[in-house]
Amino acid sequence: MSQEQRAVERARKAFCTGRTKPLQYRIDQLKNLQRFIVERQKEIADALKKDLNKSEFGTPLYETMGLEGEISLAVSKLAEWAAPRPATKNLLTVSDEVYIQPEPLGVVLIIGAWNYPWAVTLQPLIGAIAAGNAAVIKPSEVCVHTSKVMGALLPLYIDKEVYPVVTGGVQETQELLQHRFDYIFYTGNCTVGKVIMEAAAKHLTPVTLELGGKSPCYIDKNCDITIACRRIAWGKYTNCGQTCIAPDYILCDPSIQDRIIEEIKKSVKEFYTEDPKTCSDYGRIINKRHFKRVMTLLEDSTIAMGGQNDESECYIAPTVLKDVKPGAKVMQEEIFGPVLPILCIGNVDEAIDFINQREKPLALYIFSSDNKLIKHMITETSSGGVLANDCLVHFSVSSLPFGGVGNSGMGSYHGKFSFDQLSHLRGCLIKQLKMEGMNKMRYPPHTAKKLSWARFFILNQVELSKLGRWALFALLAVVVAVILQRYFAD
Amino acid sequence: MPSVHYARLKYLFEMESQRQIIERLRAAFQSGVTAPLQFRLTQLKSLLSLLEDNEPQILEALQKDLAKPKFEAVLSEIDMVVNDLCYTINSLPTWIQPSYVGKNLATKLDDCFVRREPLGVVLIIGAWNYPLQLILAPLIGAIAAGNCAILKPSEISRATERLLAQLIPKYLSQECFAVICGGAEETKSLLENRFDHIFYTGSQAVARSILQAAAVHLTPVTLELGGKCPCLIYGRLDMLAAAKRLVWSKFFNAGQSCVAPDYVLCTPEMREELLPAIAKALSIFYGSQPKQSEDFSRIVTDRHWDRLMALLGKTQGRVVMGGEGSKEDKYFAPTVVVDLDGSDALMQEEIFGPIMPILTIESLEQGITFINQREKPLALYVFSDESQVVNMVLERTSSGGFCSNDGIVHMTLPGLPFGGVGASGMGSYHGRWTFETFSHRRGCMLRGWGLERISMLRYPPYTESNLSWLRWATSAKKKSWGVCSVM
Repeated sequence: MSQEQRAVERARKAFCTGRTKPLQYRIDQLKNLQRFIVERQKEIADALKKDLNKSEFGTPLYETMGLEGEISLAVSKLAEWAAPRPATKNLLTVSDEVYIQPEPLGVVLIIGAWNYPWAVTLQPLIGAIAAGNAAVIKPSEVCVHTSKVMGALLPLYIDKEVYPVVTGGVQETQELLQHRFDYIFYTGNCTVGKVIMEAAAKHLTPVTLELGGKSPCYIDKNCDITIACRRIAWGKYTNCGQTCIAPDYILCDPSIQDRIIEEIKKSVKEFYTEDPKTCSDYGRIINKRHFKRVMTLLEDSTIAMGGQNDESECYIAPTVLKDVKPGAKVMQEEIFGPVLPILCIGNVDEAIDFINQREKPLALYIFSSDNKLIKHMITETSSGGVLANDCLVHFSVSSLPFGGVGNSGMGSYHGKFSFDQLSHLRGCLIKQLKMEGMNKMRYPPHTAKKLSWARFFILNQVELSKLGRWALFALLAVVVAVILQRYFAD
Repeated sequence: MPSVHYARLKYLFEMESQRQIIERLRAAFQSGVTAPLQFRLTQLKSLLSLLEDNEPQILEALQKDLAKPKFEAVLSEIDMVVNDLCYTINSLPTWIQPSYVGKNLATKLDDCFVRREPLGVVLIIGAWNYPLQLILAPLIGAIAAGNCAILKPSEISRATERLLAQLIPKYLSQECFAVICGGAEETKSLLENRFDHIFYTGSQAVARSILQAAAVHLTPVTLELGGKCPCLIYGRLDMLAAAKRLVWSKFFNAGQSCVAPDYVLCTPEMREELLPAIAKALSIFYGSQPKQSEDFSRIVTDRHWDRLMALLGKTQGRVVMGGEGSKEDKYFAPTVVVDLDGSDALMQEEIFGPIMPILTIESLEQGITFINQREKPLALYVFSDESQVVNMVLERTSSGGFCSNDGIVHMTLPGLPFGGVGASGMGSYHGRWTFETFSHRRGCMLRGWGLERISMLRYPPYTESNLSWLRWATSAKKKSWGVCSVM
C-alpha cells in the first residue's frame, strides 16, 4: 500500500469514528496548530529562508501572523458558526423547526502552493479543522525544505491520523487524486487546476480552486502618486513578485508614466537599498525554471528600472518596463516575478475595455482619489476581489471572501467563508406527527376545493418576522379549526 | 414584410447554431443590459405572466408527458415556481445591495463590502420528472443575479420541452435568454462551449461527464442529483399519520421524485402495523383501483416502465401490494415489497418509481449503520414521535436535506438550501440560494490615503520593533470580528 493510500484510509477511518465532531476537539486541534506556529517559528523561518530567501521578518509578516489571526477567529467563533441557523418558514410550517445545520464533509484534500507555503496550505486547514473534517495535507514539493518541516513537525502537534501530511511531487499528487475525497482545495495555477477538477469529476468531488491571473493595477492621474507607488512597489516586490494577488501590470495615462517610474525607483531604494541583491529583505525566484521563464518575459520590452540578474542565485532585481505593448511577451501570462510592466492607455474607459478583453483576474487594483471613478471601474469589470488605493491587504480581512472568478478560480475562503466552504449546510425540517388534519388538503382524492385551499396556504407569502409568533399561531389555529370543521370533517 | 421573406428569416433564425446563440447572449451580457435591477424585475415579472397566462397549456403538456394529475402539476410545478418568483421579486432589491462587513479600529477609514455580481452566460439543464419546476426554478436565480441563460429542457418530457421552446422567447428577452432543444448529442456539443456556470439536474453518470466538460473551461457547476433516500420509522409514533405522509411522498408523481423516500427501514414489529396502515392510506388516496384514479401519475417512458418491471422480476423480496402494471398507458401500480435485504436488486440503484421496499432492522443503531454504509442521499427521512430518535439519526448521518415526520415538503421552503452532498450532488438552490449560486461574491476594500505612517510599519527595511507594533495591532483585534492586521 502506498503512503498516499495509507494516509487517506487512515484519515477516513479516523473521521468515521466521529472524533472530529465535538467542537472541543476542533478547538483543541486549532490551539495545537497555533502552538506549532509559535513554538516552531525558527524552523519555519529557516525553511522559508532556504526555499525562497524570505527574511526572518517576512515569515511572521506574510506567513504566520495571518494564520494566527484566523485561528483565534475560528476558536472564538466556532460555537456560533457550527450552531443551527434558523431559516424562513411558511404558513404551513409555522409550528415546525426549520433550520440549516452545518456539518462536516468528511476527508478534505488540501494541495498547497509554493509561494506562501505556510499561509496557503494551513489557512484552508484551519477551515477544514473548524468544520469538523479530516484533511490530507499535500504541501508543494517545489518548497523542498518547507515540505520537509511540515511533514516532520506538524504531526507532532495536531492529530496525525486525522490530518496526515503527504509529501511528494507530481506522481504522489496524481496517486492521491485517484482516491475519493469529499472536497479538494487547490491553490496554484490554471493548468493544474483543470487537471484537478477533471480528476475530481470522477468521484463527483466538489472543489475550490484558488488560481491566479494577471491582476491589473490602474493608476488615475488624480491621486497621490507618491503613496500609490510606494504601496504598489511593496505589493509587487514582496516575495519577489511571487504572490497570486501581486499587481501584475500597470495601466496609466502616458503623462504620468515617468513620474510613476521615478516614485517606484525611490520606494525600491527605501525598501531594499541601492543594491537589493545584498538586502536581506529582498527575496529570490523559487528555482531556475521560473528564473528563466521570467527573464524571457523581459525580452521584447524596454527596461526603465532594474533588469539586473544572477542565475546562480535566482536573483532578479526589482524591474519596471515602460511603454509596454499589449502583444509583448510579458503580457501573455501571469508574470509571478519582480517585473512591473507599464502600459499607457488614454482614459479609464479604455482601461476598463482592456481589462474586460482579458480573463477575469484574481484581484483588481484601482488607485484614485475620485470615488466615483473607483465605483465606475468596479461596476464595469469583474474580478475575484477589488482593492482601491493599496495592494494585497484585502487578503487579510477575514470578513471578506477571498477567491477568484472565471479563470482565476472558483469558491472562496477566509474567516467564516472557510468554515462554510468546507461544511455541508444541511436543510432540516423537524415536523411532528400531530396536526394531521391540515395535511388532508394535499392528499388525494383531489378536489377543486382542496386545491384552492392548498394554493392559499402555499402561495401566501406571509412576513412571519413581522407577525408575532403567537399571533400567527393563533391565526393558524383559527384557520385550521374553520377548515377542519367546514370542509374535512370525517 | 412579404411572407416569403419572413418565412425565410424565420427558417434562418431557427437554424441559428448553438454557437451563434451563445455568442449572441454573450454580446448581450457584455452590453450590460441584464445588470440593472429594473431589467431583472421586468424579466421575472414576465416569467410570472408566462405561468399565469398559460396554466391550461402547461397542465396539458404535463398530462401528456407524465399523466400528471392537475393537483400535483399545480402544486409541485406551477405554484412552486410562482412562489419562488414572488419571493425573489420581493427580495431582490435587498439581495442586490452590497453587504458591508465588520470593520475594526485599523480599518475604520476604509470601506469593506461584498458585492453580488453576475457571472455571465449560464447553462441550465433540466430533468424530465418535474420538467417545468426543475428548469424554471434555477432560471429565477439566474435572472435575479443578472445573467443571460440558456435553457436545455429534457427531451424526454417532450410536450413540456416544446411548450418551453415556444413560450420562453415570447415572454423573456430573446437577446438574453434562449431555449436549446435536443438529445444527448446536442447536449454534448453544447457542453463544448464555455459557460460561466452550469446548473444540472439529473443522474450521476451524466453529471460526471458534465463536470469533465466544465473542467476544460474551469466552469463552476451545481449538480442536483439523486440517490436512494432512506426513510427510517422507529419508536413511538402515530402509525396512520406516518403512513399517510409516507404514502403521499412516495407515490406522488408515481415515485418519480428525486426526494421521494426510496426505501423504508423499520423493525419487524413495526412492519406489522405499517403494512395495513399503508394499505389504508393507499385506499383513501387512490381508491381500490389506482389505475382508475385520476390522481395517480404514469411512468414517463416505456423504457423506464420496463426498467421498473425488470426490478420487480429480479427482486428476492415478496410483493405484498401492487406489482401489476400495463405498458400501453405506462401504468405501474403502487407496489410494496418486503423480506429483502441490502444486496437485493431493488437496493442497487435509485428506484424512481412506485415501488416501496421495506427492509427490517433490529435496532436504530443497525438502521443508522445501514444508511451510513451507502452513498449520502439527497434527502433523509425519519418518522418518530420520540425526539431523541430524530436527533440521533440527524446527528449520526449525512444527507442533502433532512425532514422528520413528513416527506418532500422540506424542499418547498425557500429559506432552506436545497441540494445534495457527496454522490447526491454539489451546490444548492431555492430562494436566495439560487441567487447566490448564480452570483460572484466579490470582496471589495476601498482604502483611504491617510494613516500612511501606520502603513509604513509594514514596509522594508523590516525591523523587530515594527514587527512587534504590527503584532500588537493584530493581537489587540483578536476578539473582534474581521481580523485585519494593520498591513
